[in-house]
Amino acid sequence: MQLVLERRAERSTKIAILSPLLAIAFTLATMSLLFAILGKNPIMALYVYFIEPLTDSFTLMEIAVKATPLVMIAIGLSLCYLANVWNIGAEGQFIMGAVCGSYLAVVTNGTDAGPWVLPVMLVMGALGGALWAMIPAICKVRYGANEILTSLMLVYVADLIMDYLVRGPWRDPQGMNFPTTASFDPVATVPTLFETGRIHWGALVALIVVALATVMLGRTIKGFEIRVVGAAPRAARFAGFNSKRLVIFTFAVSGALAGLAGIIEVAGPVGVLQPGISPGYGFTAIIVAFLGRLNPVGILIAGLFLALTFIGGEGAQISMKIPLDLTKVFQGILLFYVLACDSLILYRIRLIASPKKASQGNVHGTA
Amino acid sequence: MGLLEAIIISVIAASTPLLLAAAGELVVERSGVLNLGTEGMMIMGAACGFAGAYFTGSTLVGALCGIAAGAALSLVFAALTLGLAVNQVAAGLALTILGIGLSGLIGAGFVGEKITPAPHLYLPVLTGIPFIGKILFGQDGFVYFSVALVVAIWWFLYRTRAGLILRAVGDSHTSAHALGYPVLKIRLLAVLFGGGCAGLGGAFLPLAYTPFFIPGMTAGRGWIALALVVFSSWLPGRLAAGAYLFGAVTILQLHAQAFGLGIPSQLMTALPYLATVIVLVLISRARGSAGSVAPASLGVVFVPDR
Repeated sequence: MQLVLERRAERSTKIAILSPLLAIAFTLATMSLLFAILGKNPIMALYVYFIEPLTDSFTLMEIAVKATPLVMIAIGLSLCYLANVWNIGAEGQFIMGAVCGSYLAVVTNGTDAGPWVLPVMLVMGALGGALWAMIPAICKVRYGANEILTSLMLVYVADLIMDYLVRGPWRDPQGMNFPTTASFDPVATVPTLFETGRIHWGALVALIVVALATVMLGRTIKGFEIRVVGAAPRAARFAGFNSKRLVIFTFAVSGALAGLAGIIEVAGPVGVLQPGISPGYGFTAIIVAFLGRLNPVGILIAGLFLALTFIGGEGAQISMKIPLDLTKVFQGILLFYVLACDSLILYRIRLIASPKKASQGNVHGTA
Repeated sequence: MGLLEAIIISVIAASTPLLLAAAGELVVERSGVLNLGTEGMMIMGAACGFAGAYFTGSTLVGALCGIAAGAALSLVFAALTLGLAVNQVAAGLALTILGIGLSGLIGAGFVGEKITPAPHLYLPVLTGIPFIGKILFGQDGFVYFSVALVVAIWWFLYRTRAGLILRAVGDSHTSAHALGYPVLKIRLLAVLFGGGCAGLGGAFLPLAYTPFFIPGMTAGRGWIALALVVFSSWLPGRLAAGAYLFGAVTILQLHAQAFGLGIPSQLMTALPYLATVIVLVLISRARGSAGSVAPASLGVVFVPDR
């Protein structure tokens, strides 16, 4: 008796829809087990993690605040992954976007600069992220260097550049030696949407990004090109699509979106440039992209769900003394289950009586 | 002890975790599997290795715990990529995220605790030889093991039948399958071996390098180890050279910081990461037209029913 994987004749659409839900169900079951091992009541813990944040208007808004950068970054990453381009350095592009945009906020700090400051900051942030993403992209198309490793290495470099700036030239003179810039002026701040709460205009930007990505992927040649190059590189070559130019394009777009998310985060909820502006948004966004099936609307839902785990994790830490690292464990396990369940779209698992005979039959194509 | 001697000893120490993890990954990639989860397996090895040594007081038990943790995590990766034909890049990333989270969970209770670092070899006369004595005969067990491991891997890959089969699986899994070799079983063993090596490399950090555990203490070493495998052109000898070169970069930047040359310390800390990018570019450019030397089936999903 043996379990073997068998390719389906065609994609199973039923499982394609069910798979993210199945993955979440498996993850919750595994998490319950983990809670029990940690000596916490699993039902209580799941409630604090996933239900309690939804019962309060303040935490609901916080979920939207956390989902904003996640969704923006994940949309960009999904374009890369659809085209089979592996940008995993979004965290670095996020930081460089925050740094480049903050430059203007720092130099205009305390001056009577007009309301042009914020729009220019946003543009600079997007450009900063895009330029940072150009490094691995160019290294790949010009020299063939593996983009996975180069884009990831640059995360550490970006982090150190920011660290240098906020401890050195950009440090707030009145900041008691804390490594942070001065608080941004009102003209350099993303306004909040409502009188109370921290939800800001960035959330609308994220929704616009989702809409634009939906149109681009579904209705334009560029979107078609991305899909073809990723799914059938040979066919794409025959169609005359330039895969190198597409590497540059997808890296530039995802870098710009990550950079924009970075400057919006800094100029919005955070309000200063300082170390630790990101609780790993750039990495969590990878999970968001896959959980959302690399589909813009799916990513929006997945982004809100992952944001819920951040907020729920903080709540569980305070009220149940559950370590914050459990959120990361949760995210890692979730990605595993998502990938595993996705596999069932293309394959089915079958129980085969005698492995020897079965595999021989398959070799000769008689199975 | 002279400065040069001290530098060489510290370079060897800084290189050893890279060498251990990269040597394991080299075998994995030679079998055609790309496991990007090295960083996650290393940090798990560090956390579990520290835990083992903390409770038993034995470096050996700690090292074994590190190996077990790395191998256990790699088993999850194997189940997904080999069992369910999941994309190896995505599964590797998931492994890293999971490993970092789990290690934080396990290690949280040990932050601030100290253990006795791994003992160093001491031979009455030989260790006393000026200059080379301490370098050759005064290291800890991890260092000797890492060197032996690289030699053993070279011997295995190029001098044994099993090594030849492993390379065949990595270069063309369909041909190997048609010849009747159990492709997935061979790859499973390779992945487990790589996981154990990464776990040991991670365990070296709290057991021998610094006698305490800090969350995230691997600081990207797993990724640098992956880059080293590319740098080595998948050859064990070059892998060792590359690992010691990177160890040297790490140590030299530390010494440069200590001298205070007026260069921002962040730039010096960034050097190993920048060096990785530059080396990857140079090595890829040099290969350029010569074609890829990577195992031909590297990262390609294999489902044995075709």
